[in-house]
Amino acid sequence: MSEAPVTLHAAGLTRRFGKHGAVNGVSLQLRRGEVLGLLGHNGAGKSTTLAMLTGVLVPNSGRVEICGFDLARQPDQAKACIGFLPETPPLYRDMRVDDYLSFAARLHGVVPAKVAGAVAEAKRSCGLQDSGRKIIGTLSKGYQQRAGIAQAIIHEPEVVVLDEPTVGLDPAQIRDIRALIRELGDAHSVILSTHLLGEVENICDRVEIMHQGRLIYSDTSARMMQYGSGEMKVEDVFMEIIRSHSAESGAVAVGDSVAEGAP
Amino acid sequence: MIRVIAFKELRTLLQAPATWFILGALQLILAWSYLGRLDAYLQLQSQMSLIANAPGATQWIVPGLSGTVALVMMTLTPVFTMRLLAEERRNQTLALLLAAPLSARQIVLGKFLGLLAFLCLIIFAVAGMTLTLALGTRMDFGLLLANLGGLLLLTASYIALGLYISSLTAQPIVAAIGTLMVSFALKVAEEYATDSSHALVALTPTGHFRNFNSGLLDSGDLVYFVLFCGFFLVLTMRRLDHNRIYG
Repeated sequence: MSEAPVTLHAAGLTRRFGKHGAVNGVSLQLRRGEVLGLLGHNGAGKSTTLAMLTGVLVPNSGRVEICGFDLARQPDQAKACIGFLPETPPLYRDMRVDDYLSFAARLHGVVPAKVAGAVAEAKRSCGLQDSGRKIIGTLSKGYQQRAGIAQAIIHEPEVVVLDEPTVGLDPAQIRDIRALIRELGDAHSVILSTHLLGEVENICDRVEIMHQGRLIYSDTSARMMQYGSGEMKVEDVFMEIIRSHSAESGAVAVGDSVAEGAP
Repeated sequence: MIRVIAFKELRTLLQAPATWFILGALQLILAWSYLGRLDAYLQLQSQMSLIANAPGATQWIVPGLSGTVALVMMTLTPVFTMRLLAEERRNQTLALLLAAPLSARQIVLGKFLGLLAFLCLIIFAVAGMTLTLALGTRMDFGLLLANLGGLLLLTASYIALGLYISSLTAQPIVAAIGTLMVSFALKVAEEYATDSSHALVALTPTGHFRNFNSGLLDSGDLVYFVLFCGFFLVLTMRRLDHNRIYG
């Protein structure tokens, strides 16, 4: 895994809203074929970080490179390598799934001759084969989420960014979406934000924990599991991690060292 | 990319049943206005033949009908512009556009041209209706084209204004009311001015439409409309960039 090429590299991302610092010096990197979980409670800065990684939001400082393209200097090339599912899927509820995916494909630069194939492949990947003619607003929440993921992978991006992809879904839908994300991890680099440790255990190769706008922990998901298991609240895990690391020198600074030490 | 967004906007509008209802109702109203003017002309035609340089059918019908269409565009455009960006923001679909390899310029021009193409359908319908005059009389095509061109530019200026106001809010209804209020204020300002050289007339789109309406093509009017549209489109692009920078 560590020899795979880096597809996303972020260094020193900082973002303030007025006087409030939402994200402070976040650095991370993602390799091809890796699924990275970004854990944190509400307000930790996960969504802001993902928005900066995808170019939806401009950082106050720091830089993002996607597949070697600087997001600030070469936004078109960088964004062509990324697919993004925000927390609320960006769905036009009055469009048919096929039309929506065709539009998303064209937006991401898929040439007209290849749009039909890209739509068919994205629908197959997301289990939407029978939903192409349906109006998005009539789909269940789980299928709307699938349509959201389908638009994120329609152009075969190197990096797929998913912001809380299972929030609001029922257990069966969560299981399906997790399986889908795991599949995506085989062909793409995936970064996803979540509240749930179970999600990390099932899907992610590596975990970064965010707290108050900083990365405070970075490790493989297997090692992360020693702090908790199942659907344990991430808040409890934070406390455990902070407590355990405070016994060592530079407890919280583990996150800082990850942040500052990233290449 | 501009074409992709423009086509999507046009297609979304044409797929909505409400759009066809509005287009149908509008065509009915404009046809009624057209036939009313035609009827009045036919009744007065015999008397007008006694007057030197009496207005022809085109001169009698087209400017008045264009004035009605201009008023309709002022009130109708906010209904369509309100959803261009405000609804994207409210439904949180703007992230799809912002995360795609698109510039603010492409997004704004795509939406502007998509709606302009749609509203051109109304102008084309009016043109088609007016061209039926050619079946019974010699038409003044210069006057007709000047009016159609003026309507196109006036509509474009209302769209640019509405698009900018739509970019300021996440509430489509606020965007619609805001656009209507500003357009109405500009119209009132133009009517307040007693003569055509008044400064207020020079500032308002309807003031510059007057020349087109009377068949006069003035490059100053053309420049005004281009600047008016450009000004609000650039403001909208800056607003979208502001979105990325300030959240």
